[in-house]
Amino acid sequence: MNILSLFDIAVLDGTIRLAVPLLLACLAGLFSERAGIFDIGLEGKMLAAAFLAGAFAAVSGSVWVGLLAAIAGSLVLSVVHGLASITFRGNQLISGVAINFFAAGITVVIAQSWFAQGGRTPQLSGGARFEPWVFPGALTKIREIAQANFPMRVYSELLSGHTTITYIAFLAVPLTWWILFRTRFGLRLRAVGENPAAVDTAGISVVRLRYSAVLICGILCGIAGAYLSTSLQAGFTKDMTAGRGYIALAALIFAKWRPWYALGATLLFGYLQALALRPDILEKAFGVRVQVQLLDALPYILTVVILAGFVGKAIPPRAGGEPYVKER
Amino acid sequence: MSLMQKFLGATAALALTTGAALADPAIIFDLGGKFDKSFNEAAFNGAQRWADETGGSYAEFEISSDAQREQAIRRFAEAGNNPIVMAGFSWATPLEAVAQDYPDTKFAIIDMVVDQPNVRSIVFNEHEGSYLVGMMAAMASETGTVGFIGGMDIPLIRRFGCGYAQGVLAVNPDATVIANMTGTTPAAWNDPVKGSELTLAQISQGADVVYAAAGGTGVGVLQTAADQDILSIGVDSNQNYLHPGQVLTSMMKRVDNAVYDSFTAGMELEAGFNVMGVGNGGVGYALDDNNASLVSADMLAAVDAAAAQITSGELSVHDYMSDETCPAIDF
Repeated sequence: MNILSLFDIAVLDGTIRLAVPLLLACLAGLFSERAGIFDIGLEGKMLAAAFLAGAFAAVSGSVWVGLLAAIAGSLVLSVVHGLASITFRGNQLISGVAINFFAAGITVVIAQSWFAQGGRTPQLSGGARFEPWVFPGALTKIREIAQANFPMRVYSELLSGHTTITYIAFLAVPLTWWILFRTRFGLRLRAVGENPAAVDTAGISVVRLRYSAVLICGILCGIAGAYLSTSLQAGFTKDMTAGRGYIALAALIFAKWRPWYALGATLLFGYLQALALRPDILEKAFGVRVQVQLLDALPYILTVVILAGFVGKAIPPRAGGEPYVKER
Repeated sequence: MSLMQKFLGATAALALTTGAALADPAIIFDLGGKFDKSFNEAAFNGAQRWADETGGSYAEFEISSDAQREQAIRRFAEAGNNPIVMAGFSWATPLEAVAQDYPDTKFAIIDMVVDQPNVRSIVFNEHEGSYLVGMMAAMASETGTVGFIGGMDIPLIRRFGCGYAQGVLAVNPDATVIANMTGTTPAAWNDPVKGSELTLAQISQGADVVYAAAGGTGVGVLQTAADQDILSIGVDSNQNYLHPGQVLTSMMKRVDNAVYDSFTAGMELEAGFNVMGVGNGGVGYALDDNNASLVSADMLAAVDAAAAQITSGELSVHDYMSDETCPAIDF
């Protein structure tokens, strides 16, 4: 038994990489749901963004063009979701599910017709991919890092060696908190998710506020998708989000719709995923073989526990899921 | 009434003649998709080679969910395609049911055995090919630790891992083999991000050669191995070209030959059980310009000697699927 080995630097490093897409998607959902628009379509927006980032980075040779294309594509889907659920007051869940199906199909079809590589984009290299930031004196290869001393490992693996988007994602947490809880826009955005009629009475446009929330959600999903295809991987492959949008939704509930909790929840879920990759560490820590499937399922189990009210109470925004009708 | 009968009769006759005239072969791919750079792509290449060489045409279909399997086979059988080849073990259950309904149609299934008078079952001795690349991995490794990353955790994939581990230990009995599976659902074939993370995890445990038998997930494995300057081993198709000079070799499973042969045999396709192993060129390792600098003469000599021994029956590689255990590694 050696519980401390659970906090192996390599596992923590994996935690960061796996948590970043969850964190960005979770914050995206946070903005949207705080304004009263449920968004099941995080997965689809990420997938579309991952494809566009891969495709435009491959064609232009610049990862920044890819990132912009990813954000633009994700924004288009956000506007569709906004039109369906804000303007036409449709069912938000159905619109989100439709976006997921649409993205899963269209990405492969377009990729096949553009690149003819079987629904994937060409392999990215050089400037078409986000290069890791290497801090002065830091080591870059895992093999060298594994042999270094402890402070060097923390410095090289945890702090250095991540791509721009990772640092953006972590900065987005305090920024989200500041916007939501310290600005007038944030106050109104939260109010529109709780009691849109009151906001409307105050002479503020509910529709406009909800659209801005949905658009911010689109931008963040776009960055999350670009992270998958241009930072973690070197190109888009079919269905590469592999359910991360849904785990982000679970994290959002787990975080009770709060930015700092969202950071904690996504880091926890990322940690569980990273730990599931290292059966050897689990065996060392607990002395018995732990089924990795259990760790894969834990995020969902934890969310159910939270929803069942065992650990505090997760109260969604009161007007969430309901289209706002001005007069009844 | 008689007019109606004539009409129906004519339609039936027409249906029969079109059925008989259209005896193009058909191929149905599994969930990974036609261009997975691996198993399904090999099947596609075999079909394409047949079309290029004979000038014939063939029908094809990519399923997008498990529910489409039986429908897909029936559609081709109804349309008169013959023979119908399907790539993947998951086709066994629907084929078992459908084959009886179309006794005049010839079917071929790759990777699974279906015992019907009109079905040819083609299975590959993946453990033998994996044994050979395992030997190469052990010889190329400097740390004495090598990795295996499987896709979905099923007996077929464990067979790859088991053969590989046996090959590694045959060269270096003190070597450590780390084996991970990507997942337990079909999503495990298409999760390159998790493939990358597994590779990094194995490297941090000391692995310097990783063997990916994981479909689309393997793309992430090979990418990360190349980024981290370690060697990787591809699977099914020749994947050496994906990262020239950084992919040690590929475990070739000549699915393309199986499809090509089935298409060539056409209506005369022989039913029964067919094993493709090292002996008849069904499995092996890939050597081309992209990996020539990585493979030493010693390696080649050792691997070719082992291949000859496997062919002659002198050396037998344990097959995980025969008893669901592996002497060389715990999964």
